[in-house]
Amino acid sequence: MTLSVAIRHGFPGFDLDVSFEAPAGVTVLFGPSGSGKTTLINAMAGLLRPRMGRIAVDDWVLLDTQAHRILPPHRRRLGYIFQEGRLFPHLTVRQNLHYGRWFAPRDARHENPARVIEMLGIGHLLDRRPGALSGGEKQRVAIGRALLAAPKLILADEPLAALDEARKAEILPYFERLRDEVAVPILYVSHALPEVARLATTVVALRQGRVVATGPAAQVLGDTAAVGARAAASTLTARVVTHHADGLTELITAAGPLWLPRVEDAPGTTLRVRILAHEVILSRARPEGLSALNILPGTITRIHQGEGPGAVVHLAIGSEDILIRITRRACATLDLKPGDSAHAILKSMSVARDRIWTATGPDL
Amino acid sequence: MIDALTNWLGPAEWQAVRLSLSVSFWATLASLPLGIFIAYALARWSFPGKQILNGIVHLPLILPPVVTGYLLLITFGRRGMVGQFLDQWFGIVLSFRWTGAALAAAIMAFPLMVRAIRLAIEAVDPKLEAAASTLGASRLWVFATVTLPLILPGIVAGAILAFAKAMGEFGATITFVSNIPGETQTIPSAIYAFLQVPGGEDAASRLVLIAVAIAMAALLLSEMVGRRVARMVAGS
Repeated sequence: MTLSVAIRHGFPGFDLDVSFEAPAGVTVLFGPSGSGKTTLINAMAGLLRPRMGRIAVDDWVLLDTQAHRILPPHRRRLGYIFQEGRLFPHLTVRQNLHYGRWFAPRDARHENPARVIEMLGIGHLLDRRPGALSGGEKQRVAIGRALLAAPKLILADEPLAALDEARKAEILPYFERLRDEVAVPILYVSHALPEVARLATTVVALRQGRVVATGPAAQVLGDTAAVGARAAASTLTARVVTHHADGLTELITAAGPLWLPRVEDAPGTTLRVRILAHEVILSRARPEGLSALNILPGTITRIHQGEGPGAVVHLAIGSEDILIRITRRACATLDLKPGDSAHAILKSMSVARDRIWTATGPDL
Repeated sequence: MIDALTNWLGPAEWQAVRLSLSVSFWATLASLPLGIFIAYALARWSFPGKQILNGIVHLPLILPPVVTGYLLLITFGRRGMVGQFLDQWFGIVLSFRWTGAALAAAIMAFPLMVRAIRLAIEAVDPKLEAAASTLGASRLWVFATVTLPLILPGIVAGAILAFAKAMGEFGATITFVSNIPGETQTIPSAIYAFLQVPGGEDAASRLVLIAVAIAMAALLLSEMVGRRVARMVAGS
């Protein structure tokens, strides 16, 4: 499966010129507000007609201005999950769920409503009206409605932005299940890094209507130019090795072993661990008598100096890239240069539980 | 209850009440599809001449009813352009018939109907309609399954308002179709006629009571429907 998108569009004072290709899974359009994310997703949905462009999911061409093929929204076979849910207030939850399904071609209705309702945990809401639902419940119904429309592509425009933290935590696992259990590609708009790190297979970073970086999630999220030095973090793929009696869990990553406070998942489970660059300490020599359990030796590949007092050091360890955010002064004092060897030091206790997620990533 | 009412009312008065109800009913029902269409066009589309269309729709509200009636007479009368055509090709005659009374009532009530429906359409969030289209609904289906149910309260309110207005129509009706008992003599024309003859005050005041009762009932009904619809659109 390949999603290929090329769009050119202009507003007064704003120019969008974006093209990217993405494999199956969740493709996150990431960028600050005003970067053109919503314009792009609306052009994909057919709610906006771009000046020029081509959008295709494999051989399903939604738009090709050169070939004069411009499908109207209702023939694009999409499942669009909106920020505000946009459930039909006059219909019950059950009727909302079946709305798109009713228009879908008969032979395309692969999703079993009972399975979707079970997966989203909305069985007890079916006879209610949207007005009687909480924000999180509404969004779950919206996901189900989009999924049951038998879409060839699911679009999600900041579906969590209108929810508080607790509700976000409630909905995110459903998107993970969508990614892992449903074969439909998902284009997901977000400007929240934790969300991106957790869900994305591919990240397309936008700024001012241009693509600044695109590629596998871990690669783009480690790109300081794409996400900004302040938000720099590494996303590691890890596998649970064993749980130890003292409450620690031993994991294996491409950068070496990792010791974290106990994770609930069974040995063998693949996880994603997001390590914030400012929580990692850099040491030239291997430190002695230090409480931190994770000391990983590597080689400096790149040093990114921002305008502020900070710098981000990229340390290649195995096939992974660990980002370490230190002061420019430390950088100068230690005389760090690309090619030097150094150690990344991570306190087990600094990796909070909410930055570890189950993932179906590539095998280690 | 109908018996009590017929006994209380004289046959001529009863005839006027029945005719009024039937004229208003058909006037409202027949103009409703066009009213919804025009309201939708005014609320959602932009096209050249939109303001002129808006003006024409509202004209009967502002013109003296006699003028509207006279214009109807010279257009839909037997010698009028449209009237001649309808007569020759379809054998339809409107002038001095109850159907003509219905046409006059419909035209006079039309602005009120369009206004109510247009307000309802403007209150529908276009984002919901966009959501429906991304889910596979064509424009017509979007209208039928999202827009129409959501504006239903507005349609009902507009229809009730139009019905009440049609019940009270006098000037245009009497100018266009005269005041023929049993054919075009509606409640207002009958009241007018009773007041022209000595001793007709009793009959006139009975009709006045009925007119007030129908108007009150229509207002209460539209108020009730309005509240129910508001609750439905809120989705609880």
